[in-house]
Amino acid sequence: MLSDLTWTNLALVQVSQKEIALLHKDANDVLMALGDFRLRFRGQDACVIDGVDLSVARGEVLCIVGESGCGKSVTAMALMGLLPSGSAEISSGTLRFDGETVDLTRDRLSSERRGGAMAMIFQEPMTSLNPAFRIGDQIAESVLQHRGGSKEQARDRTLEMLRRVGLPSPEARLRQFPHQLSGGQRQRVMIAMALANDPKLLIADEPTTALDVTIQAQILELIRDLQRERGTGTILITHDLGVVAEIADTVAVMYGGQMVERGPVAQIFDDPQHPYTIGLMESVPRLSGERARLTTIEGSVPSIDKMPEGCRFRTRCAFAVAACAERPALRDVTPGHAAACHFVPLEQHLRVAV
Amino acid sequence: MLSFFLRRLLIAIPTIFLISIFVFGLQKLLPGDPLLVLAGEERDPAVLEFLREKYRLNDPIPVQYMTWAGNALRGDLGISLRTNQPVTELIAQKLPVTLQLAMMSLIFAVVIGVPAGILSAYRKGTMVDWVANVVALSGLSIPNFWLGIMLILLVSVKWQLLPASGYVPPGEDLWLSIKTMLMPAFVLGTALAATLMRHTRSAMLGVLTSDYVRTARAKGLSERKVVLKHAFRNALTPIVTMTALLFGELVAGAVLTEQIFTIPGFGKLVVDAVFNRDYAVVQGIVLVTAVGFIVMNLLADMAYVLLNPRLREA
Ligand SMILES: Nc1ncnc2c1ncn2[C@@H]1O[C@H](COP(=O)(O)OP(=O)(O)O)[C@@H](O)[C@H]1O
Ligand code: SF4
Ligand SMILES: [Mg+2]
Repeated sequence: MLSDLTWTNLALVQVSQKEIALLHKDANDVLMALGDFRLRFRGQDACVIDGVDLSVARGEVLCIVGESGCGKSVTAMALMGLLPSGSAEISSGTLRFDGETVDLTRDRLSSERRGGAMAMIFQEPMTSLNPAFRIGDQIAESVLQHRGGSKEQARDRTLEMLRRVGLPSPEARLRQFPHQLSGGQRQRVMIAMALANDPKLLIADEPTTALDVTIQAQILELIRDLQRERGTGTILITHDLGVVAEIADTVAVMYGGQMVERGPVAQIFDDPQHPYTIGLMESVPRLSGERARLTTIEGSVPSIDKMPEGCRFRTRCAFAVAACAERPALRDVTPGHAAACHFVPLEQHLRVAV
Repeated sequence: MLSFFLRRLLIAIPTIFLISIFVFGLQKLLPGDPLLVLAGEERDPAVLEFLREKYRLNDPIPVQYMTWAGNALRGDLGISLRTNQPVTELIAQKLPVTLQLAMMSLIFAVVIGVPAGILSAYRKGTMVDWVANVVALSGLSIPNFWLGIMLILLVSVKWQLLPASGYVPPGEDLWLSIKTMLMPAFVLGTALAATLMRHTRSAMLGVLTSDYVRTARAKGLSERKVVLKHAFRNALTPIVTMTALLFGELVAGAVLTEQIFTIPGFGKLVVDAVFNRDYAVVQGIVLVTAVGFIVMNLLADMAYVLLNPRLREA
């Protein structure tokens, strides 16, 4: 159970061991690295994504958090090579994934990897399955595409995956159409489809946002179990910091198309450095269980044409000073933990202030 | 699903009833006494009265209608005032000619219009899309008679590749029959291809941005599979519906083309009948055409249900 105390403690111990390993990860352990990614949509003045770096090690769970509209989905789509080629203009960005290097300004992830070694679960389970085809055929199609083999083998694999994601009476499901399934069931099908080819990297973009609250925990638990079972590197995009605390190894915080802070989960929760992260932490119940003030960050994300120069958070930041018109670099606080604010590391500045 | 079809059929019956009243009523309102046609120069009142009695024109109108409708139900649409042939026979002779023309035109329309629509939707906003739209618009604006005459002059007269006119039944010489009808079918088909292209384009635009098309791409499928399987399958419903309705329009719209290529089809029958005030024939033709439209509509509805798993499995 998610709320089981002993389990949580055990998990924390596991996580911290993993954390140590992750800190010392050498180049070979890096499964996916996205470097200096910049993108604008045609007709816009400013970049929607403005210099984002991300990396995921084999077996690592990276959570990306941030208010909606800050570019999480666009970043995920860019990794998968799913951005519309007509309107998305990528001015810089290199993707290294599992031995392959892709210059995103000219290319996208090869279709052999897409849906194979890298797979994605979307935010919209209700509309992500093709209404015209049977569930079984839609999963089997992906299996055939990447593993080849006979139709029977693909069908067996499909059945195995439907069982694994916990759909009741999987044999009957094979022949059903999407409209015969509930939202939660459809998301299970999407998960089965994404994991059918044993991906090395799984991207889940707010996989539970569109679902009933009662179903959300089940789906997340399923993703977490499958991830642990197979050691799949995972990027989980979520609003839910409670979920982050449960399953993340590392956390990346995005604001206005920039990476403002990233680090091991414990540090992000216990020692957030960026004013935006601090604001986020205050707007949710704390890890320890006692409910903190539910303050939210004042105001809202400016639209892309109103984005300020320099630190994009400065229209809402309580600490903003004139120097913030200059873009702060992502600076290390401790090894593996970095934040993009002129006042980082905070403690040092606070001490000076005292 | 079965109950849906039954319901549609039940709606068709009163529709046909209304149409038959309309067809019959129009006849009565039209100026000109059909008997004058029949009697020719003969204006002898006694003769006219005899004919009136013979064709039961002295009965009250509802009785006349009942007689006419009852006969029509039994397949008897009366006698042509001009040729004395049964109308049903006339129609049965000419309809297959026009159906062949319509079928061949439809093949042209589908083969040109659907791929062009898919391509222009997929390449929306590019040169390809632009060219397809300009060509489609030209196709719609160029009058059929002009295109027909040009084709005859060029292909038949100058290059002598295809026969300029006439009709050969497929049973006699299939290949020659197809060859003879190639140009008229092309003329009729291109105009429809333009309509079909625009419909295909808009249907495809609707589905190409859908989440399930994104999912298909996320599986690593080829663009061909993404577009032609995952997107097109969902755009198919409006396209098939449209095609079925176009077919009805084709039969009606063949009139002009048949005149240009002197094809002895339905269209020629209509024109001759109207000019000759051969009212029984006109009535029969309108009724058969209307019923044909209703049947095509019914087929379109069925296709709609059969193509939709949501409706089919209900
Ligand atoms: N296809 C598109 N064309 C233009 N703007 C887009 C497109 N997709 C996303 N955007 C814009 O990019 C920004 C980031 O969106 P997104 O990545 O979806 O945010 P989120 O963090 O909520 O997932 C938003 O301002 C959104 O309006
Ligand atoms: S750089 Fe300035 S505006 Fe940006 S977060 Fe830090 S203090 Fe706030
Ligand atoms: Mg999103």
